[in-house]
Amino acid sequence: MDLSLNDEHSMGTTIIGVTYDGGVVLGADSRTSTGMYVANRASDKITQLTDNVYVCRSGSAADSQIVSDYVRYFLHQHTIQLGQPATVKVAANLVRLVAYNNKNMLQTGLIVGGWDKYEGGKIYGIPLGGTIVEQPFAIGGSGSSYLYGFFDQAWKEGMTKDEAEQLVVKAVSLAIARDGASGGVVRTVIINADGVTRNFYPGDSLQLWHEELEPQNSLLDILNTPSPEPMNF
Amino acid sequence: MDQKPFSQGLLSSEADSQRTLYPYVTGTSVVALKYKDGILMAADMGGSYGSTLRYKSVERMKSIGKHSLLGASGELSDFQEILSYLDELILYDNMWDDGNSLGPKEVHSYLTRVMYNRRNKFNPLWSSLVLGGVKNGEKYLGMVSMIGVHFEDNHVATGFGNHLARPILREEWHENLSFEDGVKLLEKCMRVLLYRDRSAVNKLQIAKITEEGVTVSQPYSLKTFWGFSAFSNPTVGAEGSW
Repeated sequence: MDLSLNDEHSMGTTIIGVTYDGGVVLGADSRTSTGMYVANRASDKITQLTDNVYVCRSGSAADSQIVSDYVRYFLHQHTIQLGQPATVKVAANLVRLVAYNNKNMLQTGLIVGGWDKYEGGKIYGIPLGGTIVEQPFAIGGSGSSYLYGFFDQAWKEGMTKDEAEQLVVKAVSLAIARDGASGGVVRTVIINADGVTRNFYPGDSLQLWHEELEPQNSLLDILNTPSPEPMNF
Repeated sequence: MDQKPFSQGLLSSEADSQRTLYPYVTGTSVVALKYKDGILMAADMGGSYGSTLRYKSVERMKSIGKHSLLGASGELSDFQEILSYLDELILYDNMWDDGNSLGPKEVHSYLTRVMYNRRNKFNPLWSSLVLGGVKNGEKYLGMVSMIGVHFEDNHVATGFGNHLARPILREEWHENLSFEDGVKLLEKCMRVLLYRDRSAVNKLQIAKITEEGVTVSQPYSLKTFWGFSAFSNPTVGAEGSW
C-alpha cells in the first residue's frame, strides 16, 4: 500500500477568520501531514505578523512559513518607518504581493486578520493565485469544504466576542470530524483594541457530533461496569 | 472488424472486463494478536472516501463459520464481495452435514487462493485481510495482502498498523497474554494510530475468538491525551515555526 511517507509536509487544514463587533477571531486545527502520516498533531497554524495582525496558514507548510517570514520582515521595517502599528490592510496587501508574484511556485492559501485603530477588525482571504478578498468572515484549507453550508446558515452580522469564538471552535470541530487532513486541537486567536488572546481547545474538550461516542479509558472499563438493576414496580 | 484502441494495449481481453484500478471507500488498519485463550483483533469503524471521513459506523470485522474472524482494510466493496464468497463456502461446507467444519487454516488458504488468482488476472480485490481463529485448542492468526502475499504470525497488522503498531507489538507481546493485557496492548496500538493515521476514526471495536466462539464488542471511543505543556504554545520564541 502506498503510504507516501516521503511527500512534502502539507497542512491539509481547516482555517477560519471571523469579524465581530470590536475585533476578529482567527481559528485553525493543528494537524500537519506528510502523505497519510500525521507529522505534527499539535502544530500552530496561526502565526504572528505584527502585534496586531496574525495570519492563518494552509497548504504547503514550507511555502506558508516562508511567505509569513518575508511579510513579518517587511512589516517590521514598515512599522519602524511609519512610526506606528501597521494597518491590517497593508499587512494583507504585502501577503498578496508575495503570493501573487510567486504564484507559479507557491501552494498556500492564507487568511490575514487583525485590528487597527482606523478600520477596527478586518479579515482578508488570500487564496491560491494571490487574489485578495476582504470579507466579514473567511474559511480556507481542505476542511473548509465541509463548512460552506454551515456558515451560510450560522453566520450573523454583529456577533459578540464570545459568540464569534464559539462559532469558530464549533466550525473547526465539525471540519475535523469529516476531513482526514484536519485534526488535533482547535487554536483560536482573538485580536481587538485590548490586545491579543490565544486559546487552546484540546480534542477531548470539543462537543461530540453525529456517530461520535463518549471517549473511554478502555474497553475493560465498559465490560466491568455492572448492568443496571431491573426496575421493581 | 473494429480496431482495439491502442491505449488498451496488451491488458484487454475479448469482452470488456472490469478492473479495479483504485479504491474508493476504504478502511484503515486492522491489528490482531494471539493471547492465552485465543485471538484478539481490533479495527476502527471508519470508511474514508478519499480524504473525507464519510462513514463512521462500518463493521470491518465479521465472524466466518464457528471458528474464525475476518478483519479487512482497503476497499470496502471488495470486503463485502469476499464475505459473500465466504458465505457460499461455509454454506456448502454445512451442506455436507458430516460433522466437520472449516477452520481458520482452511479459510485462510481459500482466501489466499482467491486473492492471488485475482492478482494474476490484473483485477485484484483491493483489500488486506486478517484471519484469526481457534479450532480444537489450536490458535491461528494469518494475513493475506491484495497481491496474495500471505503468512501466519503471533501478531499482525495491515496498512498503517504495519509501521506504527507492529513495533509496539514486537516489544510488548509475549506468550500467554491475559485478556486484559491483550486488550490494553491493542488499545495502545489503536491510540497511536488515532494520533498518527490521517484516515483513522475514533470509534473502534475489539473482537475476541476463543474455543467457545466469536464475540465482537460494542463500538466505543478512546480517550486521547493533549496535555503536554509544549502543545499549548508551541511557537513561543520561534514565531512562524510550527
